[in-house]
Amino acid sequence: MEKTVFEKSRPGRLGVMPPESDCPEANIAELIPEDMRRGEAPPLPELSECDVMRHFVNLSQKNYSVDTHFYPLGSCTMKYNPRRNEKAASLPGFTDIHPLSEDKDAQGSLEVMHELQNALAEITGMDAISLQPAAGAHGEVTSLFTVSRYFHDLGEDRNIIIVPDSSHGTNPASAALAGFKVVTIPSDADGSVDLKALKEAVNEHTACLMLTNPSTLGLFEAHISEICRIIHEAGALMYYDGANMNALMGIARPGDMGFDLVHINLHKTFSTPHGGGGPGSGPVGAKGRLAAYLPGPRAVKAEDGSYRLQRAEKTIGRVKMFWGNFLVIVKALAYIRTLGGAGLKRASQAAVMAANYMRVRLKEAYHLPYDRMCMHEFVLSADRLKKEKHIHALDVAKGLLDRGFHAPTIYFPLIVEEALMIEPTETESLETMDAFIEAMLDIAENESSESLAKAPETLPVTRLDETKAARKPVLQWPQ
Amino acid sequence: MSYIPHTDADVRKMSEAVGVSFEEAAYAAIPEELRLNRELELPEALSESDLLDYFRKLSEANRRFEGGSFLGAGAYRHFIPSIVETVISRSEFLTAYTPYQAEASQGTLQTIFEFQSLICRLTGMDVANASVYDGGTAAVDAVLMAVGQTGKKKVLVSMGVHPQIREVMETYLAGSDIKLEYAPLSAQTGRTELPEIASDTAAVLVQNPNFMGIIEDGPELCRKAHEGGALAAVAVNDPVNLALLKAPGAYGADICCGDAQPFGNPVAYGGPYVGFLACTQKLMRRIPGRLVGMTEDHDGKRGFCLTLQAREQHIRREKASSNICSNEALCALAATVYLCAVGPEGLRRSAEAGMRNAAYFRSRIAEAEGLELVFAGPHMNEFAARFPKGVAEEFNRFLAERSIQGGYVLDGVYSGLEDCMLLCCTELCKKAQIDAWAEAWQAFKERQ
Repeated sequence: MEKTVFEKSRPGRLGVMPPESDCPEANIAELIPEDMRRGEAPPLPELSECDVMRHFVNLSQKNYSVDTHFYPLGSCTMKYNPRRNEKAASLPGFTDIHPLSEDKDAQGSLEVMHELQNALAEITGMDAISLQPAAGAHGEVTSLFTVSRYFHDLGEDRNIIIVPDSSHGTNPASAALAGFKVVTIPSDADGSVDLKALKEAVNEHTACLMLTNPSTLGLFEAHISEICRIIHEAGALMYYDGANMNALMGIARPGDMGFDLVHINLHKTFSTPHGGGGPGSGPVGAKGRLAAYLPGPRAVKAEDGSYRLQRAEKTIGRVKMFWGNFLVIVKALAYIRTLGGAGLKRASQAAVMAANYMRVRLKEAYHLPYDRMCMHEFVLSADRLKKEKHIHALDVAKGLLDRGFHAPTIYFPLIVEEALMIEPTETESLETMDAFIEAMLDIAENESSESLAKAPETLPVTRLDETKAARKPVLQWPQ
Repeated sequence: MSYIPHTDADVRKMSEAVGVSFEEAAYAAIPEELRLNRELELPEALSESDLLDYFRKLSEANRRFEGGSFLGAGAYRHFIPSIVETVISRSEFLTAYTPYQAEASQGTLQTIFEFQSLICRLTGMDVANASVYDGGTAAVDAVLMAVGQTGKKKVLVSMGVHPQIREVMETYLAGSDIKLEYAPLSAQTGRTELPEIASDTAAVLVQNPNFMGIIEDGPELCRKAHEGGALAAVAVNDPVNLALLKAPGAYGADICCGDAQPFGNPVAYGGPYVGFLACTQKLMRRIPGRLVGMTEDHDGKRGFCLTLQAREQHIRREKASSNICSNEALCALAATVYLCAVGPEGLRRSAEAGMRNAAYFRSRIAEAEGLELVFAGPHMNEFAARFPKGVAEEFNRFLAERSIQGGYVLDGVYSGLEDCMLLCCTELCKKAQIDAWAEAWQAFKERQ
């Protein structure tokens, strides 16, 4: 157990000191009205620089990460995060530039943004891209603001968003946040959108269908053209949740399938690191008349070759301060410039091949509810193990942690009982995948619910009492 | 270049197992007419050395101001200890996902718990979350929490709230039944002038210090909000100032939001930054985003896990308190390391140095011919200066020729302040730079 920084603190111990002012002295206390003055220094921990370094390095060693372990977390695309991208993003010309610098002083940043906008437009088949949203869910709600404004301008009363029951939880949550009513439709026996249910759900109040393709089952939506036709004939729009774009780079484009709006996760498909939960970046793309509504400003190129920030004609406005998670944007462009068009396609091909290899090797020992060619990920069920040996998906996950692997995504999508969602990505070697497969087979064959109940046993802590954490929440170190 | 590890033998083995060739696998499930039957039209691939040259050139196309910069206005250049970069570059932090598997994520979880604790201590609030996107979306969350709690639909927002934060709120609330109304700033003091609070008001949102660098009368504003039956929400501007200012929780704030960028994160052309959001115990179940709690493992050993997840989108879907999933964890880690490294004494010195530099700058403005301070209220480390009609932009260009980045011109940002510029000093600002600015003004005036 690593003590907290508060337990390590000693009164009067100094850490790193900032530079001192060389301006004439000022009576600071007098500059602040008395009732706004903080009486004592804030109760921050007092540690030496060495203490601080050791504390955080020791803590870092209590994590699994892509750089230390195979991390087949479905839907999260935990591919290798290239360090040349980090190096590009740490250049002082990028880190030191103030966001309110004049355009003429920010030509390098603006060109980076413009290049990425163009590349993403080509990869997704969209007409225009805005880089402003900070994450995937932020891109979702941004797109739905766009939908809302678009129909408002058309004078149409459309307040319903349709989502499949296999969708990410962010989809309905984003729809609700943007002020829409949510209608959830079931999937059919193949795991696809149930066309009959879709037709019944669609009416003149439908604004948009939010769809992930490949779906969260890792399956390509075979009837996508028909789905788009149904939605468009009803006067509604198609929204593409780009969480699974890693299967499709250079293979197929949402714009060509009939989607009107997309978001892309730079921190999934385009290799920028997840950082323990963020920062991400969730650019949005739009086709045709919707492009005029994108948030911004965005980078545009003038005839003389210079760049400037400009708002779209009917923009929904700003969804974030400044222009986007710029350093993440640099990293994503570095990834695209490293691989080029052919390299991106090969990455998607390898991601799909890897997922199918693992699917085929695991489908006997586990239940594969949708047994057909998958895209970049697939979903197994531990329902048989549960029935036969009382082993749950959670137990499998914890057993994998003890075997040196991060667990797959579990209990999602919701339509698969005891779901184990596995996404190997294109950057894992065959030996790594084989070792993981062996671990999965070992768990299925040799473990019992009793033996797994103790798992994990090899990590800094054993299974945590989450009920206790929620019943009496302790959310900060006591003061 | 490729990051794919497979040898020809590997590819053969996988293809044989699946029964489909490597080339065909990705297309197998895609209808013929939807396949992209051409290569993506993207610029050619670059080797690592060419790539770094490409980005080095681009980064150098951004202007560097050797003579210093006085731009603040929501993004602040502060001293960043070297240790911050070292820690956040650690593979185990950088390349981990959201800590869903708690036992394999104790490092990330404990750092988030420490971040939450530090934000609580600085703001005087009971609960802080693991981070939101930025100061703008944090303010939206604050408003939505207040509306949810009170059931009222009107929010009174000070004009001292950053114009871009107000714009983000307008975008988010445009299609909703929540109404934003604005309270003006006193032309004399620059402090918010609150009208009578109507009984249908969910919250009063003020920024402190406000956009003009003025220290608001926090206790009075919170008292008025509460008297009117509204919640008091305080957006902290540049939280380094909290080293010297009374904690919002100590003067009555129910919700506190802001951007922790100034704690160890570079200005970086606007992102990534890190929104923080904190509230009283009473509002705990309304706060959006991830929360880390302390608990025990099966052996009674202390550990940390994500908690109160019933608020979140992956459980509650359309009934969740927010749609947020990814946050700004690594930037929050930078803030955590920063605060631990500088400690209470270092943070106080930074805040005091910024104020001292700004006080000196104001004294130079006060004595400069043709310039005047716009507001008489108490200033922190930012202030608005008024220029003779129509010259603020031009003077900024004049400064740029001398490699000084001037201030933020308020033309088009605040009506009535068209000829004004917002100037900021942190501890990184030097006396010589302020003197050079003032001398440039003298030279500019003489040239005219």
